[in-house]
Amino acid sequence: MCCIFTSKFETIFFNFLVKKNSIFFHLFSHLFSKVRLMTFFGLISFFSILFSANLIAQEPDVQKGKSLFNSQCAACHKLNRNLVGPALKGVSAKYEKDWLYSWIKNSQAMIKSGDPQAVAIYEEYNKVAMNAFPNLSNEDIDNILAYTDYVPPKPTPPPGAPVAQTSSSSSTNDIILILLSFVLLVLVMLLYLINKTLKSLVNQNTVFADQQNNKKGIPIWKAFAKNQFLVFCSVIFLLLSSAYYAYGYMLQVGVDQGYMPIQPIHYSHKIHSGANQIECQYCHSSAKKSKHSGIPSLNVCMNCHENIAEYNGEEDLEKGYTKEFYTNEIKKLYKAVGWDENSQSYTGDTEPVKWVRIHNLPDFVYFNHAQHVNVAGVDCKTCHGPVEEMEILYQHSSLTMGWCINCHRETNVDLKNNEYYQKIHEELSKKYGVDELTAAQMGGLECGKCHY
Amino acid sequence: MIMTKKIKFIVLILGSILLKSCFDSSRPNYQYFPNMYEAVGYDAYDESTAFKMGTEAQLPVEGTIPRGWMPYEYDDTNEGYDSAKLNLINPLEQNTENLKIGKELYGVYCAVCHGSKGDGQGILMKREKFLGIPSYADREITDGSIYHVLMYGKNLMGSHASQVDYEERWQISQYVMTLREDLIKK
Repeated sequence: MCCIFTSKFETIFFNFLVKKNSIFFHLFSHLFSKVRLMTFFGLISFFSILFSANLIAQEPDVQKGKSLFNSQCAACHKLNRNLVGPALKGVSAKYEKDWLYSWIKNSQAMIKSGDPQAVAIYEEYNKVAMNAFPNLSNEDIDNILAYTDYVPPKPTPPPGAPVAQTSSSSSTNDIILILLSFVLLVLVMLLYLINKTLKSLVNQNTVFADQQNNKKGIPIWKAFAKNQFLVFCSVIFLLLSSAYYAYGYMLQVGVDQGYMPIQPIHYSHKIHSGANQIECQYCHSSAKKSKHSGIPSLNVCMNCHENIAEYNGEEDLEKGYTKEFYTNEIKKLYKAVGWDENSQSYTGDTEPVKWVRIHNLPDFVYFNHAQHVNVAGVDCKTCHGPVEEMEILYQHSSLTMGWCINCHRETNVDLKNNEYYQKIHEELSKKYGVDELTAAQMGGLECGKCHY
Repeated sequence: MIMTKKIKFIVLILGSILLKSCFDSSRPNYQYFPNMYEAVGYDAYDESTAFKMGTEAQLPVEGTIPRGWMPYEYDDTNEGYDSAKLNLINPLEQNTENLKIGKELYGVYCAVCHGSKGDGQGILMKREKFLGIPSYADREITDGSIYHVLMYGKNLMGSHASQVDYEERWQISQYVMTLREDLIKK
């Protein structure tokens, strides 16, 4: 047997050598492709230097034009799509330069003087008055026009280079995979051998064990049933543990902690509240004066999304949150609110979005957002948790009565600048012998405060 | 012996499926006596055939004024903007209380674009979601024109009338004017 094993091992080792050769080959090709890549990047950087030198030499400065465009024009104009005003790509081909100078410097004066082109564009864009820019010189305007006319040249990579890159990365993957599978094979072999030797050892011993078993005739459960104390203890243990689990089970009935329904539009709090740092109350504006922290109507979404029609931020490819996915969700908003992107206007054809309510207290409890947000000044996160990290919103807190009461017992109330209640605050402080009163000491535990 | 093992196995699998279905996070938990959980009256945002469009949330009836609002006479036109800029005067007294609330509201509703100092460098501008937001110092604005723009919106800025009421709009206008003064002084 030993002999067979060594011969097996030899063949494996031989296989490994062959594979190793191929590994060396892969490594070599990988290095070679790296050299090629470096020359490729070198070429690109060389061209880009040439190109930027070219830019500096050009008279109207595209870079300056870009920064001017972004600071002065981009509030209402985009290059490729109509916004408040028309798209400005290639605008210098449509109008004469002198006309553009005077239009940008003071468009309203041109309209009043009855310039036909000026009146036409004013009528076409819903009579929105363009701001006058007397601060822009002719040179500035030339720069801006140079930027709007600028067509970035498409870089033509030398053929073969990117292909080499992908093949080398996949070949390194292959090497790793081959190595791993080899290691696995060896492990399986080892396990099999160990198992075999152990089995043969056991076979030798079983005869002895069988003899011993035959001597003790009573099965173990019969022995257990005979020992009454043990039976008693285990019954008590069973009863207690089942009571424990039953109690835990009944306590979670009606508690929706962690509830995370799928909403009709994938609205990411992580993007809006986390990355863009929009305040909670920007959208949930009724939280400060109403019982409800309202779900924003879609016109609030459109305050930003008239401008932001596509998503350009971070992606999570693993979960399928690509740029197209998010852009598609914005299109859902446009459909619901009836916004026509091409004409930049509302069609009037709307449909309600059926959001699924997450936080929902039973009807027999009264809760008021305004009292907590506006009067007590409780931070939204205290109850709703780290919303700015939630890609999909879920219920963070249990919203049970114990949870409410716990907070009322622990939270001190801000008594400053509250002259109307000063006297009662002083009396209560004396009664409880404390400087700062908690919500519970001010009656926050009375049944009728929340149940009526 | 093998049969009992199989049965045990099946029971275990069924039990775990049952447990798993109890903790399905995309569904609400079941309730003890749901009658006591669900309101008899119409809840906010309820779906109901009793209302137009099938939702409890409704627009104010035409010709009525919502609580906290005042009638506003200027039109959403260029002429309306110009006349609001000239004629509309802030009815609130300029005091620390109004400015303090104005500052809070500005932080919630305006700073995300216009920047906490009003220089147009809000976070959405820095992240290039919006471009070309002007500094208050570069624009000829008055209390009246700010109120008008909050009411109707202007260019890319949408109307914020649904988010802030009459008094809050004036408090914001007051605070924006102090920001502008600070910016011009620099």
